Amino acid sequence: MSEILVSFRDVTKSYDGRVPVVAALNLDVHRGEFLTLLGPSGSGKTTTLMMLAGFEDPSSGSIALEGTRIDTVPPHRRGIGVVFQNYALFPHMTVAQNLAFPLSIRRLPKAEIAARIARALEMVRLPAFGDRKPSQLSGGQQQRVALARALIFEPKLVLLDEPLGALDKQLREELQAEIRHIHARLGVTMVYVTHDQAEALTLSDRIAIFHEGRIQQIDTPEAVYERPANPFVAGFIGESNRLTVQVVDTTRLRLEDGSLLATLPHALPPGTAALVSIRPERVVIGAQGPGNAVVEEVVYLGDHCRLRLAHAGRADFIAKLPRQDAMAVPTPGTRITIGIPADAVTVFPAG
Amino acid sequence: MRRTNWLAALLIAPLLLLILGSFLVPVGLTLFRAVQDREVAQALPETSAILAAWDGQGLPPEAAFAAVARELGAALEARRIGDVAQRMNFARTGMRSTLLRTARAAERLRAPYAASLVALDARWGQAETWLLLRSAGGPVTSLYLLRAMDFTQTPDGGVVQAPTDERLYRTLFLRTFGISLLVTAICVLLAYPVAYTIARLRAPWSSIALTLVLIPFWSSVLVRTTAWFVLLQREGPVNGALLGMGLLEAPAQVIGTRIAVVLALVHVLLPFAILPMHSVMTRLDATYLRAAASLGANGMQRFLRVWLPLSLPGVLAGGAMVFLLAVGMYTAPALVGGDRDQMVAWFIANFLNRDVNWGMAAALSAYLLAMTGAIVALARILTGGMVGARG
Repeated sequence: MSEILVSFRDVTKSYDGRVPVVAALNLDVHRGEFLTLLGPSGSGKTTTLMMLAGFEDPSSGSIALEGTRIDTVPPHRRGIGVVFQNYALFPHMTVAQNLAFPLSIRRLPKAEIAARIARALEMVRLPAFGDRKPSQLSGGQQQRVALARALIFEPKLVLLDEPLGALDKQLREELQAEIRHIHARLGVTMVYVTHDQAEALTLSDRIAIFHEGRIQQIDTPEAVYERPANPFVAGFIGESNRLTVQVVDTTRLRLEDGSLLATLPHALPPGTAALVSIRPERVVIGAQGPGNAVVEEVVYLGDHCRLRLAHAGRADFIAKLPRQDAMAVPTPGTRITIGIPADAVTVFPAG
Repeated sequence: MRRTNWLAALLIAPLLLLILGSFLVPVGLTLFRAVQDREVAQALPETSAILAAWDGQGLPPEAAFAAVARELGAALEARRIGDVAQRMNFARTGMRSTLLRTARAAERLRAPYAASLVALDARWGQAETWLLLRSAGGPVTSLYLLRAMDFTQTPDGGVVQAPTDERLYRTLFLRTFGISLLVTAICVLLAYPVAYTIARLRAPWSSIALTLVLIPFWSSVLVRTTAWFVLLQREGPVNGALLGMGLLEAPAQVIGTRIAVVLALVHVLLPFAILPMHSVMTRLDATYLRAAASLGANGMQRFLRVWLPLSLPGVLAGGAMVFLLAVGMYTAPALVGGDRDQMVAWFIANFLNRDVNWGMAAALSAYLLAMTGAIVALARILTGGMVGARG
């Protein structure tokens, strides 16, 4: 799992020679992993993918595949499968002809091509669709064919550029499951670009979070969610309450209203300003009665209730109340007591 | 629902009437002239009636001689003799002088007319002359349509090849379609790389390049073709440059040759090939090329297997446009071509302007229309399998 397949070394990409789209990128992709490049639009994630595919040239730095530099190799000799957001199936060819394309380029024997097409269509559960034209397929079917086409020549690496971006939610979830199964079954390395954090958490072995051309954090989904490396990651992945605080000592912080907040030990010097991030679902809702928070708004979401609270001098403190116990949902205006476990508080230096 | 249809029909009615009135009706009437035959029946009604009843054996009765003498004289008075003479002379060369001579002598002729007419002109003693007159009695004739394909009708109604020195039109059609196909092929080959380059240019440059393609449209075909005349003439700059460089020993005669015609046509028609190709290519998603590259296709394979088939509808549209325009081209060949380089349009114009022979002009037009339609339909059928792809 830890064998390195792809490595980016000090890769910078700039279109105008001044503003870098990707800045001093160092990234290793492990063999067999599912790595997601996640970030808002313009964060450099797609540019990174396109440099790996060969459609963009790095301004400086190097990219290696299995230890061999590939940044000067033209895309058609890199042997990397690519799935595009708009599917990019050739409209003048049938599904089978699309699948045959990379194989006939590689001059495989006809019988071998036919066998592989049959297997590939079976894999994406479209066995009877070989003679259809892409225009006769739905969006989800087209993307399954595109996935099969990117896999059929057995590349070591498959790149997926927001492949599910054009599909509706239900189809997207269905295809996520399918991609996960295919990845597990074939063991092929996949690098996936998306701006949808839920998709990234669902699919990935590791997630690289991009912002302003740099990787903010690269780790497992659980780690980036539970232990965000900086305020950007904390804010981008999932929901979080962000509060400005004063450091009292290694385990205590003072909130804006003067109350104290306990944390796990941290290394910030006492007296300095800091930023904390608290996940809404980690907030413990206590008993009603005199307490440290006032319920401002309640939103019923089925599996949980979302409470907007006035707490610690803020009116936008969010807490999530799971619907597992018989506890009554507090009504707006009620005073309640909330508790914040020390391990639910992530502390960052301010600024 | 029905009300909406009725309203829609009402809204497009003016357009339909305009098309009908300004296009279909005139074209139909013109094409009808290819078979219409009324000059003789109008000018010589009695003669036509007598000849229609005649059995065609030997010579017609004396009444026919008398009628033709009288009616020719009357036609001369009424200034209608020209039409008849033109019509009959087209059927048989020499008939013009016979008819005019008879018309002028009509007053002096005395019965028996069978004798006095033959004395005036021996043609009246030949059965062929009378058979020709009878077959010109109308109201329709196949004379023009046959002649436009180098056939002619014998006096007894059979169809034979026209005399060798009158055969002309089959060669003319072959030449017209040959030149047009050559021009189409050259235009497509030249336009494709141009359209491709423009389609791949970045933002400001692509529209600048497209404007350069369109600039020739700002001047008339006449001006552009005349420019070729200036360039290519014996004392023109092209000859001057070639002589100056020592590539030629004597000035080349290009004007009046097939080369000049093809050159001028390609120049005039090239934008019509570039524009449809460009419009198809700019709408082609460059992701297809990236996808092909990621699947292992090199530059040539990407072009041949992805870009070319996807841009083919533009090639066909551009080619069809150039071919259709070339087939009907008049100005360019007329200006820079020689006598042996003229195309059908030039002959149609000549029949209209010089010979005032509407029948031949209409017959040539009808064939041109039919053949062009057939070629375009054939091209559509042949390429249908390739281009019929949905999406």
